Amino acid sequence: MATLLDVQGVNKTFGGLKALDDVNLKVEEGSVHAIIGPNGAGKSTLLNCFVGRLKPDTGTVMFAGKSLLGILPHQINQAGVARVFQTPEIFADLTLHENVMIPTFAKTDGAFRINAWQAVSGRKDVHERADAILQDVGLYEKRNDHSGSLSRGDKRRLELAMCLVQDPKLLLLDEPTAGMSRADTNNTIDLLKKIGERGITKIIIEHDMHVVFSLADKVSVLARGHVIAEGSPDEIKGDARVQEAYLGGTHP
Amino acid sequence: MLNLARKDLLLLAGFIIAVAAGPVIMTPLGLDYPDILQKFAIFGIFAIGFNILFGLTGYLSFGHAAFLGVGSYTAVWSFKLFSMNPLPAIIFSVILAGLFSALIGFVSLRRSGIYFSILTLAFAQMSYNLAYSVLTPITNGETGLQLEQADPRWLDTAVFGLDYGAALPSSSLFGVSMTGYPGFYFCAALLVICFYISIRIFRSPFGMVLKAVSSNQNRLNYTGINTRPYTLTAFIISGMYAGLAGGLLAVTDPLAGAERMQWTASGEVVLMTILGGTGTLLGPVLGAGIIKGAEAKLSQYNDSILTGFYDFLPETLQHAMVSISGLFVGEGWHLTLGAAFMLVVIFLPGGVMEGVRRIGRLFSKRKRGSGDAASQPAE
Ligand SMILES: Nc1ncnc2c1ncn2[C@@H]1O[C@H](COP(=O)(O)OP(=O)(O)O)[C@@H](O)[C@H]1O
Ligand SMILES: [Mg+2]
Repeated sequence: MATLLDVQGVNKTFGGLKALDDVNLKVEEGSVHAIIGPNGAGKSTLLNCFVGRLKPDTGTVMFAGKSLLGILPHQINQAGVARVFQTPEIFADLTLHENVMIPTFAKTDGAFRINAWQAVSGRKDVHERADAILQDVGLYEKRNDHSGSLSRGDKRRLELAMCLVQDPKLLLLDEPTAGMSRADTNNTIDLLKKIGERGITKIIIEHDMHVVFSLADKVSVLARGHVIAEGSPDEIKGDARVQEAYLGGTHP
Repeated sequence: MLNLARKDLLLLAGFIIAVAAGPVIMTPLGLDYPDILQKFAIFGIFAIGFNILFGLTGYLSFGHAAFLGVGSYTAVWSFKLFSMNPLPAIIFSVILAGLFSALIGFVSLRRSGIYFSILTLAFAQMSYNLAYSVLTPITNGETGLQLEQADPRWLDTAVFGLDYGAALPSSSLFGVSMTGYPGFYFCAALLVICFYISIRIFRSPFGMVLKAVSSNQNRLNYTGINTRPYTLTAFIISGMYAGLAGGLLAVTDPLAGAERMQWTASGEVVLMTILGGTGTLLGPVLGAGIIKGAEAKLSQYNDSILTGFYDFLPETLQHAMVSISGLFVGEGWHLTLGAAFMLVVIFLPGGVMEGVRRIGRLFSKRKRGSGDAASQPAE
């Protein structure tokens, strides 16, 4: 299989703190790649380097053969990378339906278009796509509610829908089940499995081992900004260094 | 029809009727003379445009009077050089204000929040000072730009062979003078068109993205939208609205002065929009009407009128009441405006339109309540 995302020698320092230390990572097309590691290991920082929020000090990030460094967040998204944030980022003042329509417009009409003379209601293509995705994540009934009033779990779901509606090539998920109840977590796993059928390449940052081992094809373990182990979920479970650095620490 | 949904079509129809019947509606308030009606329409346009920027994107400009001023100066120059016809005048006003706002918007929109507001304020004050001093050859400085008998009016004289004689001409649309009621209906027609355009923008994908800018600009960028050109376009559109309003001020009264660009004028359109209801279609027009109407009414009052009003009181009390209420009228009408604005922001943060919605809800609840009572008498 081809490599979709190729990360080579990425370093990032904040002040004196080395948040990323020579990170190398290859994400295969169509795979679910989990990144695990203790709090503060640099997982979110790594994702920030993929979406244009941070620029690494050194190293390269290649996506489908093109560099993601030095281009703007909207350009990275237009290239096919969508991201779910650790704290849900949605349009809280807008309805769920509008929240999903905006990414759809970004996909169909591009990064900028003065379509001020069109009526949103006339864009049947966008309506249908947005409705379909809300059905998929189970939020269709709430489509006319303001998204600010949703529960945290539902906000995550909505954010996921906003990413999925764009049919991204690569989907980045930063702790998609953090702060969720066991029931909500299981719902999210089911949902992610369902999405899995679309064949979107995914990077999942996760704390919850249950989530990682039920979804991932491959796992990278990050500790103090460095990838200390990599392999299939079963290999990682048995790895002594991982036990020590991570699993042992948080799951006694 | 007109590519509007049913409810917007009704809104537009209602708006047209209300504007056309403006003179009748304003009669009970004693505001049924052309001068003030023209002001309602013109400042309504100004506020509708301002709301496209502030109401949708949340970017609060404190410098929109600069574009109003540019519009006025341009229109007067169009009268002087080309023709007393208002059409070329307002077309030039809109174009020049658009160019000017592109420049100011391009720089100011590099920042957001309070820094954006300060930048626009600084630019507007700069424009005001330039108009007042350095640019005197164009603006005629302190005196203000006025028509003169010796103006070339090239299109009028050379092409149409019009001769205005010894009197200073007034703007006229193919022979109809733009003073009095014709002037009002000219402005009113443009107000309706501007309102229609604003509805279309609000209901478009473009407008939806602008709303998302005020909600979460960060998410928008990670969603693949380049927000900067969106905000700049909104800024230019609202600048063009302001330019049109400024042009119309000159059409109904052909002179232009620097004070039109002062920060108080920029602040006024902010007040109009917030008072009426930021981000609503109708609110800014209502806000403009309320402020211009209150200005016209309250600034008329003076001590002698007040003394007459409190005639029924004993003399000492009468004096006291006159001096207290005297603070709030005449020159002091701004005090009333400030107090009213404070009350609205505290108790009705959504402006007059939120008040209208609350009353509407109250009625619909009562209706539903009585319906429930009738259908479920057992409870
Ligand atoms: N913008 C920033 N400025 C300074 N320090 C940061 C910044 N972002 C992250 N860090 C630091 O980098 C380290 C890694 O953080 P992060 O990537 O958020 O970890 P996690 O693996 O929990 O997601 C932490 O010590 C954090 O404090
Ligand atoms: Mg994190």
